[in-house]
Amino acid sequence: MSDYLVQFNNISKFFGKVIALKDVTMKLKKGEIMCLLGDNGAGKSTLIKTLAGVHRPDEGEIIVEGKKTIFDSPKDALDMGIATVYQDLALVSLMSVTRNFFMGREPMKGPPFFKTFDIEKANKIAAERMGQIGIDVRDPSQAVGTMSGGERQCLAISRAIYFGAKVLVLDEPTSALGVHQASVVLKYIVKAASQGLAVILITHNVHHAYPVGNSFTVLNRGKSLGTYEKKNITREKLLSMMAGGEELDKLEVELQEMNRSSTN
Amino acid sequence: MSTKSKSIETKTDFNQDERLKKVSKLKLLLNRPELGALGGAILVFIFFGIVAGDTGMFSAYGVLNFLDVSANLGIIAIAAAMLMIGGEFDLSIGSMIGFAGICIAIPAIYWGWPLWMSIIFAFSMAVLVGYFNGILVVRTGLPSFIVTLAMLFILRGATLAITRLITGRTQVPGLRVLIEDDPLAWMFATDTFKWVFTWLGSMNLIALRTDGTPLATGIPPSVIWFIGLAIITTWILMKTRYGNWIFASGGDKNGANNVGVPVGRVKISLFIGTAVAATIFATIQVLDAGSADTMRGTLKELEAIAAAVVGGCLLTGGYGSAIGAAFGALIFGTVSMGIFYTDVDTDWFKVFLGAMMLIAVIFNNYIRRKVTESK
Repeated sequence: MSDYLVQFNNISKFFGKVIALKDVTMKLKKGEIMCLLGDNGAGKSTLIKTLAGVHRPDEGEIIVEGKKTIFDSPKDALDMGIATVYQDLALVSLMSVTRNFFMGREPMKGPPFFKTFDIEKANKIAAERMGQIGIDVRDPSQAVGTMSGGERQCLAISRAIYFGAKVLVLDEPTSALGVHQASVVLKYIVKAASQGLAVILITHNVHHAYPVGNSFTVLNRGKSLGTYEKKNITREKLLSMMAGGEELDKLEVELQEMNRSSTN
Repeated sequence: MSTKSKSIETKTDFNQDERLKKVSKLKLLLNRPELGALGGAILVFIFFGIVAGDTGMFSAYGVLNFLDVSANLGIIAIAAAMLMIGGEFDLSIGSMIGFAGICIAIPAIYWGWPLWMSIIFAFSMAVLVGYFNGILVVRTGLPSFIVTLAMLFILRGATLAITRLITGRTQVPGLRVLIEDDPLAWMFATDTFKWVFTWLGSMNLIALRTDGTPLATGIPPSVIWFIGLAIITTWILMKTRYGNWIFASGGDKNGANNVGVPVGRVKISLFIGTAVAATIFATIQVLDAGSADTMRGTLKELEAIAAAVVGGCLLTGGYGSAIGAAFGALIFGTVSMGIFYTDVDTDWFKVFLGAMMLIAVIFNNYIRRKVTESK
């Protein structure tokens, strides 16, 4: 019916008197990366939790592959192929790469009642998957704690994709990373999208979002300030929208005055 | 390390690959949590081999003696280790031992139940207590330390009060006559491999009594239970899905929950595990002594946790091993018995126990940092 993989139409969420989200609309095609930008308190967390099925929207509709759906739980969202990678990544640093990769969804072998965790197969898949991203897991039984922040992020994303994600919701995947690490993760996100996934990248860092995004939705105080194709908007414009333009302009004026007074 | 293996990886040569595997296997061994306890056990044996090698400590009788003590502690230490890996404590193990003892003795002696029924009754109570501990910790989110500390007092108090109410005393003797021909009691009260010892005796290889029967009559049931439990729990941890869930639940509760691990169910089952292990301990001891004592098992919970810690379990959960706890128990059991064969005053045993634990914690802390340190 429509060529959108997933649509969130006019989503609103209220907590008592507080309007956390109002009329937020997002549409994604296969292979598209949409960046959701917003400053702290813009409603990003509420929106993520609504996408992930933790919150139920009070208004609006969610349409996945042309079918209107309601998420009653995070599992519902996951079953529909919408996988959310939270900031904490749901990785256990003392456990091995393999054991983390398959945590909760272990491949099994053997006769009924004596089924065991097929660790050889798991090791092979985990090393293979990490290898595809260009991360050499020298030993898949090494603890995740020995990996860098970027590698952990990639592991969490790779796990979500392996277990059938069609839409990836990434919560601040680059916020805790250095410049190099962040670029590795962003490269991987682009690669994932090119394989047909839709990605919603939530961030407050325009410099990370702008190079990879196809479209940008700016969230401010619970409302969407609109969605823009990349060709229709500049990095500077996005930045000023996020911060609520005037504020930065005011700051600039103030700083100039401070400079003037200090040089005097 | 990292630059070296990277240069190896870029060439996809089969010989190079073989070499890589060898390196990682050595690293794997060094990273195993039970390494410290294994080393400790070897040191302890070397020490007593030198100090008490010519005494009776390493005769068949002496060996079975310290193995029996180690095995009894090991049964509860393994269960405590599993629970600690799952991220929780159980301080009610010792009280559960006393409680399980009278759960067997009172029905059997005062209510005329057959012994097997009393034993099943005791195990059912253990499942209930463990479930209650678990559900309380999982539902309230309170630290298990506090919840099970409360249970420590409640169970010990109830054991004393109920026993005095029904029997007027604090001990319930007279069980020994009931063991014979009982369809269940043999599992907890029979020495096995007797023929081996009889044969060894007939060959004059081990010490004999004056009537010609060997001094050591067979492997005590505790040892069989201990070895069986060590094998099963290690298999569970390393080879099953449930084992992975135990590590995950202890390592990061929220993370595990987010990827679909039933953390609550895992933890409750582990609490049931410690209570059941305490009951195995109690059944073996009660049938061996022929009587139940309300004070039985006092402070055993701390010894079990100490053995688990020496065996490599982290107090914060998510890391450790069952086989390590078994070695930890072996160290304590060997020292507690071995000290009799030396000139050292036995009063020093607790000093050793404390020092051993302190060293283990410092060592484990170091290992944990090594395992999780970033590149």
